[in-house]
Amino acid sequence: MTKYTYTEKKDTRSGFGAGLLEVGRNNPDVVALCADLTGSLKMGDFRNEFPERFFQVGIAEANMMGLAAGMATGGKIPFTGTFANFSTGRVYDQIRQSIAYSEKNVKICASHAGITLGEDGATHQMLEDLGLMKMLPNMTVINPCDYNQTKAATIAIAKHHGPVYLRFGRPKVPIFTPEDQNFEIGKAVKFIEGSDVSIFATGHLLWHAIEAEALLASKGISAEVINIHTIKPLDEQAILDSVMKSKCAVAAEEHQINGGLGGSVSQLLSQQLPTPMEMVGVNDSFGESGKPAELMEKYGLGTNDIFEAVLKVIERK
Amino acid sequence: MNQTTEPVSAPKIETLEKIASQVRRDIVRMVHACQSGHPGGSLGCTEFFVAMYFHLLKHDPKFNMQGDGEDIFFLSNGHISPLWYSVLARSGYFPLEELKTFRKINSRLQGHPATEEGLPGVRIASGSLGQGLSVAIGAAQAKKLSGDPQTVFVLMGDGEQQEGQIWEAAMYAAHHQVDNLVATLDYNGQQIDGPVDDVISLKNIKAKWEAFGWEVMESQGNDLNQLIPKMEAAVALSRQGKPVINIMSTEMGYGVDFMVGSHKWHGIPPNDQQLASALDQLEETLGDY
Repeated sequence: MTKYTYTEKKDTRSGFGAGLLEVGRNNPDVVALCADLTGSLKMGDFRNEFPERFFQVGIAEANMMGLAAGMATGGKIPFTGTFANFSTGRVYDQIRQSIAYSEKNVKICASHAGITLGEDGATHQMLEDLGLMKMLPNMTVINPCDYNQTKAATIAIAKHHGPVYLRFGRPKVPIFTPEDQNFEIGKAVKFIEGSDVSIFATGHLLWHAIEAEALLASKGISAEVINIHTIKPLDEQAILDSVMKSKCAVAAEEHQINGGLGGSVSQLLSQQLPTPMEMVGVNDSFGESGKPAELMEKYGLGTNDIFEAVLKVIERK
Repeated sequence: MNQTTEPVSAPKIETLEKIASQVRRDIVRMVHACQSGHPGGSLGCTEFFVAMYFHLLKHDPKFNMQGDGEDIFFLSNGHISPLWYSVLARSGYFPLEELKTFRKINSRLQGHPATEEGLPGVRIASGSLGQGLSVAIGAAQAKKLSGDPQTVFVLMGDGEQQEGQIWEAAMYAAHHQVDNLVATLDYNGQQIDGPVDDVISLKNIKAKWEAFGWEVMESQGNDLNQLIPKMEAAVALSRQGKPVINIMSTEMGYGVDFMVGSHKWHGIPPNDQQLASALDQLEETLGDY
């Protein structure tokens, strides 16, 4: 039995849409820009309630990033919306120069991240975005795990001054975090206390880490499950405290192993607390078309992959 | 923006020409001192910047980022930074002395404009081309949302018109009727690899902007007597449902005889003899920094 249960599944992008509507109601400076994906990004409610603060940009993402930087210069708090691929790789230089280097208060909100985008295939399955964004100075990078956490994160980033990349997804996934939670940027959340291994999970993989913990418990292994929703700035103390106890670590993310959460954790540990570590993520390949669950299994992102990684890393202690 | 339609007086023009001569001295001295930078385009746009900062813009050298109640200016072709820095310093945004630090370590006067060290007058980093128009459109829309009646200005280069983002922005601004915006295109016909017509021709650039739904006008940028009324006319054309662009012909390197009209002076500094020759041609009117 998992230590968390759920009664409902919803997509994290809908959590973004609900959060955006709420920040729109609470702060007249919040504006939203969308590159022809209003429905996919769940920005329709904001558009309908605040048409004067919603800007349809068309299929022109580079322009959208510049517009957002200009609106931020004028004191607005722009939220841009498109798929993760078009939110990062396509517009990297625009983000780098006009937003990150220029320290603009722009919230880059990206849906359909990772392989769970499914049938559209590798052109749209963005698996490099966390790496691209975390490398940029001044950028905060957040990857929430379920509907409620995504909504809370959306509300939190509106209050935070500075550029943010907020990444979420397409499929319906379990809702297992509380409604109306207080989201603290840069603060890891301990979901399950344990002593034999530390599992650091972000985004959709947190639920799989929780499922893996139940399997491990049945084998007599005590796993600590920690949610790193903020990839940058990384909650270094939470990671070090957990690893000090467990002496080994597994990172789990729906992203390339190269440049993702695992890399950030490993960088920290190798400098401050060298520790055996395993990575659950996509191993230097593009994705393909298929159902999300099939893809998660094929690309090594399932509950069992976390379970196996734990067994392997414990052997290395 | 001064809402004047009066012709600019002769004494006013004379004052602005004196400032322009001094700004040109600053430009060649700055790029000489650090032996790097972009004198050609800077010299070619000197009249434009002097007209903007010393006559046309409603602006406050005390500088705040949002620029509420002010006209605000964005530079998209950031490599002509020595010109902008000189004009900002001589407008009172920061001490003239600071021009000595241009492109040197620990300076706020970066090779290309940046906000990171808080240089007054600069609102966005630029240098990677094609981005400034989008930023200016966003700032203009923010002004509209805030009920601010002032105008947003942006300067772009001609080689920069080859960037695709310019045309995304052009389409957007016309569609959304961003009519509190006046863009200027510095049409000097030169880019790093040679004449624009040889690199990638803009063909009929006026027709292109018109086809994108902009109000288009043309001007001569190295003659203040012509340029100022044209810029005032550009502002008069704003607020009528269309964004406005002024295609401004200039000569790269204008004011220094051996630099005029050649792409070779796009991005190289003068040596000692060349500096002396350039300074001989430019009267010191306000005192060197």
